[in-house]
Amino acid sequence: MEHGPEHETTTGIDHRKMLIWVFLGSECMFFGSLIATYLIYYGESVSGPTPADVLDIPTTTVSTFVLLMSSFSMVMAYSNIRKGNVRNFRVWIMCTAILGATFLGFQFFEFREFAIHGHLTPRTNLFGSTFFTLTGFHGAHVTVGVVWLISLFGYSFKGDLTPQEGLSVDIAALYWHFVDIVWIVIFTAVYLIGVFGK
Amino acid sequence: MATTTGVLQRPTSTTGLWGWITTVDHKKIGALYGVTAFIFFLIGGVEATVMRLQLHRPEFDLVSPEVFSQLFTMHALTMIFLAVMPLSAAFFNLVVPLMIGARDVAFPRLNAFSYWVFLFGAILLQSGWLLGGSPNAGWFAYAPLTGPGANPGNGMEFYLLGLAVLGVSSVAAALNFIVTIINMRAPGMTLMRMPVFIWMTLVTSFLLITAFPVITVGLIELYFDREFGMNFFNVNAGADVVLWQHLFWVFGHPEVYILILPAMGIVSEVLPTFSRKPLFGYPIIVLSGITIGFMGWAVWSHHMFTVGLGPVANSVFAITTMAIAIPTGIKIFNWIGTMWGGSIRLSTSMLYAVGFIFVFIVGGLSGVMHSIAPSDAQQQDTYFIVAHIHYVLFGGSIFAVFSGIYYWFPKATGKLLNEGIGKLNFWVTFIGFNVAFFPMHFLGMDGMPRRQPTYESNMGWDLWNMVATGGTLIIVLGVLIFLHNFFWSLRKGERAGADPWDGRTLEWSIASPPPEYNFATIPTVHGRDAFWDQKYANGHAVPQGASDDEEHEDDEGHGIHMPSPSYWPLVAAVGLAVAGYGMVFHEPGQVAGAIVAIVGAAITMVGVYAWAMEPASEPSEH
Repeated sequence: MEHGPEHETTTGIDHRKMLIWVFLGSECMFFGSLIATYLIYYGESVSGPTPADVLDIPTTTVSTFVLLMSSFSMVMAYSNIRKGNVRNFRVWIMCTAILGATFLGFQFFEFREFAIHGHLTPRTNLFGSTFFTLTGFHGAHVTVGVVWLISLFGYSFKGDLTPQEGLSVDIAALYWHFVDIVWIVIFTAVYLIGVFGK
Repeated sequence: MATTTGVLQRPTSTTGLWGWITTVDHKKIGALYGVTAFIFFLIGGVEATVMRLQLHRPEFDLVSPEVFSQLFTMHALTMIFLAVMPLSAAFFNLVVPLMIGARDVAFPRLNAFSYWVFLFGAILLQSGWLLGGSPNAGWFAYAPLTGPGANPGNGMEFYLLGLAVLGVSSVAAALNFIVTIINMRAPGMTLMRMPVFIWMTLVTSFLLITAFPVITVGLIELYFDREFGMNFFNVNAGADVVLWQHLFWVFGHPEVYILILPAMGIVSEVLPTFSRKPLFGYPIIVLSGITIGFMGWAVWSHHMFTVGLGPVANSVFAITTMAIAIPTGIKIFNWIGTMWGGSIRLSTSMLYAVGFIFVFIVGGLSGVMHSIAPSDAQQQDTYFIVAHIHYVLFGGSIFAVFSGIYYWFPKATGKLLNEGIGKLNFWVTFIGFNVAFFPMHFLGMDGMPRRQPTYESNMGWDLWNMVATGGTLIIVLGVLIFLHNFFWSLRKGERAGADPWDGRTLEWSIASPPPEYNFATIPTVHGRDAFWDQKYANGHAVPQGASDDEEHEDDEGHGIHMPSPSYWPLVAAVGLAVAGYGMVFHEPGQVAGAIVAIVGAAITMVGVYAWAMEPASEPSEH
């Protein structure tokens, strides 16, 4: 009993890991509602520009690839912390954070491009409102994830991240993969359907 | 114990004001929830009483129509989000760890965070009264009436940010209780041995984490429309305002079950105890609760029968709504079956539980009437609906809350509430409730529209309005009697002892009030009604202290390591409140509001970081 109840759980699953899974379930409803709003309003704008006018599939394919690769490097980071290889862990977790930041950079320039050359802002039409809100909230989640990853990178120097503490990395990884999966849905629903849908 | 985290030394005191502010003890947090929510219950009651005084006779002029609109909006928001939900949360906090044989919740600091965010969200929502006007568009806040231009001022911002902040609190608390219930049960307490109150807490928590994100998206979209000129509910840009109604009611109907399932859990504990019988049909009651939780997601459009969704949608939602009466009815029959043949003690708690069944049947039957879409078209927006909702929410949830207060007050304080005053409290409240709300059925059938500040005298509504207002004043008297009982019993109440009701569940196996660590030895559970089995093993009474599980209690809890108090949940919650106010007072084109919001977010971030860095409990001194 000396270490408190968190080492003995009814299911054998750590409290924190169960928390993140249930939290991600809640997040599904959040993104589900945003995506539903986008799809309900798809094609309902009374004025342009339309998705096909502004969305740039090649560029966004690159940024999507970057984000997918960040999930790979996240797995490598987790695998290394489990093996106790803290040096390689630092390399891979930093790599993940940089890939995530790169994705955010793509998104920043995409938003700027739309506003300046595509004449699309959140106020322009229904597509603008729904597009920027959905992708903006996804971007905010990626931002939180990047800050989280950099924090883990910092903790590893304090000596707090031992192989037993791989759980902290595991939890961040679950969040990271979730945000990645949401992007796959957004890329399909917004970008692919928007450009090739009709 | 000189560990520092960041700049502040960790609080060590568990007494006095700082002890309450930095507490992570689920029992203290439950008390904070209960007292705060009861204060808001009184505020909501004042709002209701002012409305009833306004309506007591035709063309009365106590408040202006503008104030009346704010009153009915705030009355609903206060009672739903600041009274019934947090009163349920108070019971979750106080009772859940005790019933499952745990020493605290899974995340004690997250629990403190939930409470502080609730408190600040509640203040944010209510502060419109003092800061330029409260929301005035009903608790459902239908767009486009709440959109930019249609509803100037900051009233709707208080609604949008208040509910968003309260949502953070509810989701955080629900996540905590899901993990606590699934992961912290005492050895032997399988899922189907959990008390029904635990089951209902679990179902409610799942509803909270799935329903609140939906309304959050709606709140965000409306906020963006109002503050940044976006088009989510701008019909001129091609928007469909029915989207708001869907987002609201997809949340709003599960919310109804968030309000009533904890109440059903409470009466499912009270009835067996005071009937001295196990709960009749335990598995079917549990399954009915789960079924209600699932079906709560399939009925939301019955709030929209008159919107014009078409006959197919209306028929589908009419049928699903009728179907939800089945699990509800099953529960009612099982509660009656629990009492059947039992040796019933009509304590105040039991009176409230039986009163709950009685009035909930009335409210449930009028609910089934609404499920018939053509019939609902006649009842929509009349006092018939007001009667229905108060029969299920006041007669349902609040009666069960009072039942729970009389039942668990001795466990929380060590004192019994006075039974004589309690019975007076019940009968006055029960009579006042029926006098106030039953006539509203007649008013509604007579066509009196709800949410109107007054009415003309030639409509035939005078008598029943006067009666309803009289009933309201009787309820006020009932609540005052309760307050008197509460304060009198705190000082002079009879000492309760560990097990004043001859209880069945584990919370009665420990002292009243429980020690900080709850259980000196974590109990082992061998069946449902774990404590009852312990007391009456093999059909004959086991003397107190003689069973295996109490052997080690003279240990006095030395060496049990409890989570340490912390400032950081409060800091993180303060940041959210600051950000909320910044966003409320944001004006298009000005940066001041945004700066305040960013400062608030930064405070929250500092709180979260410091929280993550400090260990859950400090190493022990010895």
